[in-house]
Amino acid sequence: MPPLTSPHTPPILAAETRHAVSIVLNGKPRSGHAHPRLLLSDFLRHELGAHGTRVGCEHGVCGACTVRIDGVAARACLTLAVQADGRRIDTVEGLAEANEGRMTALQEAFRRHHALQCGFCTAGILMSLTDYLSRNPKPTEEELRDMLSGHLCRCTGYAGIVRAVMEVTGQTVKEVAHV
Amino acid sequence: MKPASFDYLRPATVADALAALAAGGDDARVIAGGQSLMPMLNMRLVQPRLLIDLGRLEELRTLRAEDGWLTVGAAVTQAEVLARPTLAREVPLLAAALPWVGHFQTRNRGTLCGSVAHADPSAETPLCLVATGGEVVLRNLRRRRTVAAADFFLGPLTTVKAADEIVECVRFPLAKPGSGHAFREQSMRHGDFAITACAATVDGERASLAVGGVADRPTLRSWPLVGGGLPPDLDDSLNAFAWDLGGDDDQHATARYRRDLVRRIGRIVLEEALSCRR
Repeated sequence: MPPLTSPHTPPILAAETRHAVSIVLNGKPRSGHAHPRLLLSDFLRHELGAHGTRVGCEHGVCGACTVRIDGVAARACLTLAVQADGRRIDTVEGLAEANEGRMTALQEAFRRHHALQCGFCTAGILMSLTDYLSRNPKPTEEELRDMLSGHLCRCTGYAGIVRAVMEVTGQTVKEVAHV
Repeated sequence: MKPASFDYLRPATVADALAALAAGGDDARVIAGGQSLMPMLNMRLVQPRLLIDLGRLEELRTLRAEDGWLTVGAAVTQAEVLARPTLAREVPLLAAALPWVGHFQTRNRGTLCGSVAHADPSAETPLCLVATGGEVVLRNLRRRRTVAAADFFLGPLTTVKAADEIVECVRFPLAKPGSGHAFREQSMRHGDFAITACAATVDGERASLAVGGVADRPTLRSWPLVGGGLPPDLDDSLNAFAWDLGGDDDQHATARYRRDLVRRIGRIVLEEALSCRR
């Protein structure tokens, strides 16, 4: 144990021990246990049973595991469960839960515009968009595509996603090119 | 891909972080935003015994402009710097380059200091630090030292930072009146690692070009202006610079393509920087 000087520093969490982790998941306090090396994505799925968050590349590239940490969109696979302790975590399950059990306008628009096919990337994209649109409520198509570059979708070519967001932000739906 | 096992410490003070780092030696690593380190942990390219989390230390959340410098602490994210309303006036090169750092979702957690400590040769933040003549402030238990950006980077993922030091903050000089700045890069997709990134600064006397992604570290060269404009033999100078940078073939691009990007993008950003002087 190093000579720590502050009485406020908690003890080192040992690698081989499962430590208590408490988060506020979609508005409800939840807790579980995690080894220090456990990723937040695995904590959500395996420890808390919240399977809406998908796990793709596990090195931050594909965006499938994107959740909101204290409101801010971030990769759950690049965050440790112990780092999330005490934080507010919002996942795709919380969208309809906070909307009286009905899909949100953004989710409805996704359905109408075929913004998903297999749906594996969708949870992450929805969580990115809910943060992004709160900061930039009327993005241009160029800005939106720039944000979407942080997600890989192999089904839609992003065209349906762009159409859905343009509609839900009250903008004209142009003929969107496949890129 | 899951990380190998490690102990985890979330210190309440920087002093505690430094004490733990000193005790941990080479087996300890610090993490802040984790957007470079976590992929390496997941792929088990690094396997520390102890991970020290700086992310919640209020002491490291400095973000202020004073005495001619913009100081960015180790816990300040790329998104927070990018959202600073005065950034385009203070460090216009950084305002131009930060949107190219990763993606919206990774900038929300990634830090400037982490990118500098990671020292990827194609990363934008180290490039901007070198291009502007910035500084890295290193701290261990006993002392604090300041290293010029030009002396900080030694090669890929290699810097002068000792194992018991953290990057406490990075400092960018505030843009001088009458200077112009421009940034461009070429990558496979927006947000991917740059194949070649170019940052130009033009002031009243000199034109400077910093290049990332070609040599093993961000590299700066400058030329005197001729009659208030770019030197007439700029193409030759850029060609010589491109050959001096060298570069290697890899899965993204050949060294020859990288040199060609230096010649072409280098000229474009220098002309942009010259024309946008204020």
